[in-house]
Amino acid sequence: MRTAALMLSLVPAAVLAQSMPAPVPENEIFKREDIGHALAAPTPEAGHTAPSSANAPPDDGQWTMPSKNYASTRFSSLTEITVANVKSLKPDFSFSLAVNKGQEAAPIVADNTMYVVTAYPNIVYALDLTKPGAPLKWSFAPKPAPASQGVACCDVVNRGGTVDNGKYIFNTLDGQTIAVDVKTGRPLWRTQLGNINKGESMTMAPTVAQGRVYVGDSGGEMGVHGWVAALDESTGKLLWRGYSTGPDSEVLIGADFKPHYAAEQGKDLGVSSWPPEAWKIGGGGAWGWVTFDAELNTLYEGVGNPGPWNQQQRPGDNKWTAGMFARDPATGSAHWFYQYSPHDEHDYDGVNEQILLDMPFAGKMQKVLIHIDRNGYVYVIERQTGTVLSADPYGPVNSTKGIDLQTGRPIMNPDKETKLGETVRNICPTASGSKDWNPSSFSPQTGLLYIPHENMCMDWMSTEVNYIAGTPYVGALVHMKPGPGGNRGELTAWDPVQRKPAWADTENFPIWSGTVVTAGDVVFYGTMDGWFKAVNARTGELLWRYKVDSGIISQPVSYKGPDGHQYIAVLSGVGGWSGAVVSGPVDPRDGSAALGMVNVMSDLPKYTTAGGTLYVFSLPH
Amino acid sequence: MFSRFPTKWPLWLGFALASGCNNGSHVALPSREPLQLGVIDSAQTPGVGHSLVTIDPRAAAYYNNAEAVNTGKRLFSQYNCSGCHSSGGGGMGPDLMDDVWIYGSRLEQIHQTLVDGRPNGMPAWGGKVPDEQLWDLAVYVRSLSLPQTLAAETDNTPSQSPAPVPPEVDQDAGWAPPPETTNDYTSTIVGPSGPPTPTQATGTN
Repeated sequence: MRTAALMLSLVPAAVLAQSMPAPVPENEIFKREDIGHALAAPTPEAGHTAPSSANAPPDDGQWTMPSKNYASTRFSSLTEITVANVKSLKPDFSFSLAVNKGQEAAPIVADNTMYVVTAYPNIVYALDLTKPGAPLKWSFAPKPAPASQGVACCDVVNRGGTVDNGKYIFNTLDGQTIAVDVKTGRPLWRTQLGNINKGESMTMAPTVAQGRVYVGDSGGEMGVHGWVAALDESTGKLLWRGYSTGPDSEVLIGADFKPHYAAEQGKDLGVSSWPPEAWKIGGGGAWGWVTFDAELNTLYEGVGNPGPWNQQQRPGDNKWTAGMFARDPATGSAHWFYQYSPHDEHDYDGVNEQILLDMPFAGKMQKVLIHIDRNGYVYVIERQTGTVLSADPYGPVNSTKGIDLQTGRPIMNPDKETKLGETVRNICPTASGSKDWNPSSFSPQTGLLYIPHENMCMDWMSTEVNYIAGTPYVGALVHMKPGPGGNRGELTAWDPVQRKPAWADTENFPIWSGTVVTAGDVVFYGTMDGWFKAVNARTGELLWRYKVDSGIISQPVSYKGPDGHQYIAVLSGVGGWSGAVVSGPVDPRDGSAALGMVNVMSDLPKYTTAGGTLYVFSLPH
Repeated sequence: MFSRFPTKWPLWLGFALASGCNNGSHVALPSREPLQLGVIDSAQTPGVGHSLVTIDPRAAAYYNNAEAVNTGKRLFSQYNCSGCHSSGGGGMGPDLMDDVWIYGSRLEQIHQTLVDGRPNGMPAWGGKVPDEQLWDLAVYVRSLSLPQTLAAETDNTPSQSPAPVPPEVDQDAGWAPPPETTNDYTSTIVGPSGPPTPTQATGTN
């Protein structure tokens, strides 16, 4: 071994390190004007875009759920921090999470207490905001099974908990949903839902409404049989579970199912759109955002990618993956489904956020759901029927040539279809999408969506893969690369009415944090190299930045403290799929590592190290 | 190469101490006499000679065996090892190209990891995969961090031309201080069992 070590030291490090791949040329990308489509021309005069009061009640200054409100606007109506004074923002206190893995959660603020759940081992901390330095009130260690780390596809992350009715409710990596008493930190109930031996883990943030807790599983890379479930908030008892694939009875498709498009109409499509038995290991986890619509009493469930990634092993539309269900919250019964990526070939999960707004379209106000998909399109969907009103690219796209609004289906680009044993180059967007799970915000003051996203593409070669329970079921050798221009990230302020960006800021690394926008017209977000930034919501101008201990991939929030002042909170702690090269540790010499992400992130270790700290900022007062 | 001692020595010493054995023992066990100075010197401490680990006879056939390494490469993909460990660089599972071995780098240790699994997510394959294939996999995994294998890398997908594993990598060469070290690793702390002998005082390394 010493011999080997000495010999290794003779090989210059430069030979072993990967160089950054060249960006995809601009001329390989389709123009937004050419592939963006809408059912009607913009009619901004028909009204002002805003969430309904049922989904976004008046702001009480708390931040009790990751999405801020059911509309998922992540808009804070607090006005103390403004474009003019944000340059004076100072750290107020910080708190070590004692876990150096990717921190994706939103700090939750309720009743003058802040709650944070960490990446695995999913420790929950409650901090007393009424006292100087916000001392710890309690912490709770759920001790998830260590083996669950082996079925987490993309770092051992957790996207946060939510406070409701005196409970902090969150998921653990090993597949439990747990409610703890906010006063004591003691668990009131814990329900085991996932089975790691089948590749199931849980990383998403639960949605709580009407006394029910909605959760889903992760494991689209492990051949899971994906599901969303509802639990009784007071007991943790399972009320219903709707699978993403299989016969209608398991998917909870019944007489109420009225999908808008023909491709979703038919019996047991969750079986017949797969090779025999393949639906049983077809993925379709609900690991991202599940949104409750208080106005229409509907649950919108984003469904993840089909498995395996090698598309030739699963001919068919692979219902009901890479799309979205509208379900009855009480029974799970499906109202409609829309498939963003039928027979997904590029790992374009459909789990990203759903933002519920009233928006002018075709001369009248419509109840829409805005979804910014991995496949590169901003979808504006009429959410009572599931009709796509418009779909426009917000990042580099060449895997599809637009969305056909008659059929609802993407127009596939045959040049970018993935193949067994053949490397298809420069596919845009990359597998993690033009944007991954990290949520956008919406300001009713500016009418703009603040989309934190990626500018990345990939080379892809499909490989044969066998299903072995509890192991990955992927079948692809992927190498990611920067998109046109070479900057890997972008913050785009998107006008959903005009269907185009108002402005865009570039970032060296992909943006893997969410955004929050305030009534002071300030947008906050974090970068993977550890800058927490504030920009002008109307122009994108950088107003303030602060360097934290590690890269940021979490969800910033804005709240009113017990002293009446406005605070901004965010977790540092780089990791996740894009940051695995730091938090893994994953070897920067293997471009295919971390599902091909390392190829485009091999320089991250030069910019940041693993960490995990809560930071809270305010103006001097 | 330290991996055997952390498990065996502390247990052995602990038993000896707890049962009150001391100076009269047939092995020179440390005692708890109040006048004695220093600390217990185990094999985890540099400068105390090295272990006498020999190569597991079951592993012998897999050294210098190009066929086994290439079979291991094929199996690595077929059994989805690549799903977690990628082309050696890791992802869901640890990096196998670096020089960090959580559970030991010796061929029989890697084999043991494959047979029994490990608690942080490594599945157990014993009884599910033929044992000779586990040895093929072990030797491929050991090859990934060999300088010869790393040097054969031509693009961003490493581990495609695995070098056979020479037996020398598992033969214990003993401990030596890191190059250019300034610490004096050659001194030995005075042992606790009676007056130091000249050998103990000067150390052997």
